[in-house]
Formats: sequence, structure tokens, C-alpha cells
Amino acid sequence: MDTIFNPLVGGLLIGLTTTIYLLSVGKVIGISGILSQLLFSKERFLPFLFIAGLIIGGSAYGILTEQTVAFPEARSPLLLIVSGLLVGYGTRLGGGCTSGHGVCGISRLSPRSIVATLVFMAAAIITVAALN
Amino acid sequence: MYAIITLAAGLLFGLGLAYSEMTNPAVVIGFLDIFGDWNPSLIIVMASAIAVGMIGYVIKGKRLTPLLASKWQVPTLRNIDAKLIIGSSLFGIGWGISGYCPGPGLTALVNNPSEGFYFVAALIAGSGLHYFQTRITQK
Repeated sequence: MDTIFNPLVGGLLIGLTTTIYLLSVGKVIGISGILSQLLFSKERFLPFLFIAGLIIGGSAYGILTEQTVAFPEARSPLLLIVSGLLVGYGTRLGGGCTSGHGVCGISRLSPRSIVATLVFMAAAIITVAALN
Repeated sequence: MYAIITLAAGLLFGLGLAYSEMTNPAVVIGFLDIFGDWNPSLIIVMASAIAVGMIGYVIKGKRLTPLLASKWQVPTLRNIDAKLIIGSSLFGIGWGISGYCPGPGLTALVNNPSEGFYFVAALIAGSGLHYFQTRITQK
């Protein structure tokens, strides 16, 4: 694990994925939106495949190789529940998360996504500073 | 074909997250902690993903339709309203609390199940709260 090389290659892989998906099916990848389609839309098959692939891909690599930074010891359920509620509600109200606004939105220079990304980054940085 | 592309996209996206260690909330919090022991990884991930993504939009601009679909379905909203600002603020606070945004949170179901279970249950509840609130207010 290298603090420059791994994020660079991981990011290129993510960008390649959003690009292939865009040019083939014509849509952006926003994980909060895809999750909400899986939960609440009538067409659940494709969102299911994407989320299943995401969980498999996102865990297979970690299982096969050693990561440099240890995963946190299980933190309090209350903290995780408050966080999950805010992330779930906030991403839907704001229309996107790190993938939809942060990667896909900024890639096409959407003013909404640029503002959203600056706001959620600032809010997260302030939250971490306040909690530490 | 749609199914294969969608599954492959999920797999590759997940691999990209894991390879860059974005699936680990400790790394994400290390990035957000700009006043502490700062780890630049997340900005590198986003910058490289956006750089490739921009090439995708240049290619899109030269094509009338996607390869496998009859029309583009890229979001077209342009307004910056209170919902965008409030929603993104709430998301940022939640993200800062745990270090999980939706993708890494879902992978935590396998990577760190004792955390992933609570986070994803609440993620679904929060998303559902917005869905039902929207349905009620639209009636």
C-alpha cells in the first residue's frame, strides 16, 4: 500500500468504470441513488446487480490482500446509526453522494455537484475536527 | 448485456474503492482530519477519477446516443437550492461521524460486519424516511 500509488490507481479504476457505464448505458453512477432504486423503485434487478457487484468487489480485494491501515474496532452502534441516518437522508435530500456529485457531477462540471461536493466536504471536515 | 455491464460496473467500482482503501473509514477520516495527521488519499482518488470521467464526457459530446441505449440519461438539474445545501450538509456531518459514505458503508457489510450492519440499516432507514416524506408531501 502506497499513499499515492494506490489512491491513484483506485481512482483511475473508478473513473474508468463511470466512463464505461456512461458511454454504454448513458447513465451516471450515484451509489445513494442506485441504493434508493433498489429499495423503492419497481425496477430492482439492475440496481441489485450493481450493489451486489459493489459489495463483492469492495470486499474481495480487502480479503485477498493486506491493508496498511487497520479497520476501526467496532464503534458504538449509536454513532453508526446516527451517521447512517444522516448519510441516508442527506444524500437523498441533496440528490447525490461522493460518487454521483463528487465524481460524476464534477466530471461534467455540473454547478450543482460542485457546490454539493464543497458543502459535504466542508461539513465532514468540520465534523471530524469537532469530534477529535 | 445491460445486466453484464451493470454487474461489472459494480465490481470494478468496488475494486477501485478497495484498492484505494476508501472502503476503510479510518483512511477516510484520516483525509477529513486536515488539522490532524492528514492523509491525502481521498483527494487523489477523486482527482484521478474525475480526470478520467472528463474524458468520458468529451467522448459523450461527440456521440448522439450511448452504445447500448437510445438516449442519454444524465441529470440535467442546474438549480442550487436549499435542499441541495441542507442535504449535502447533513450528509457531510454523517460522513464525518463514521467515515462511511454510501459505497464504503455497503462494503462494510462484509469488510467490517459489526459496524456495517448498524450503518447500512440506518442508511436504508434514512433513505426511506426521505422517500416516504416526499410521497406524503406530494399528495
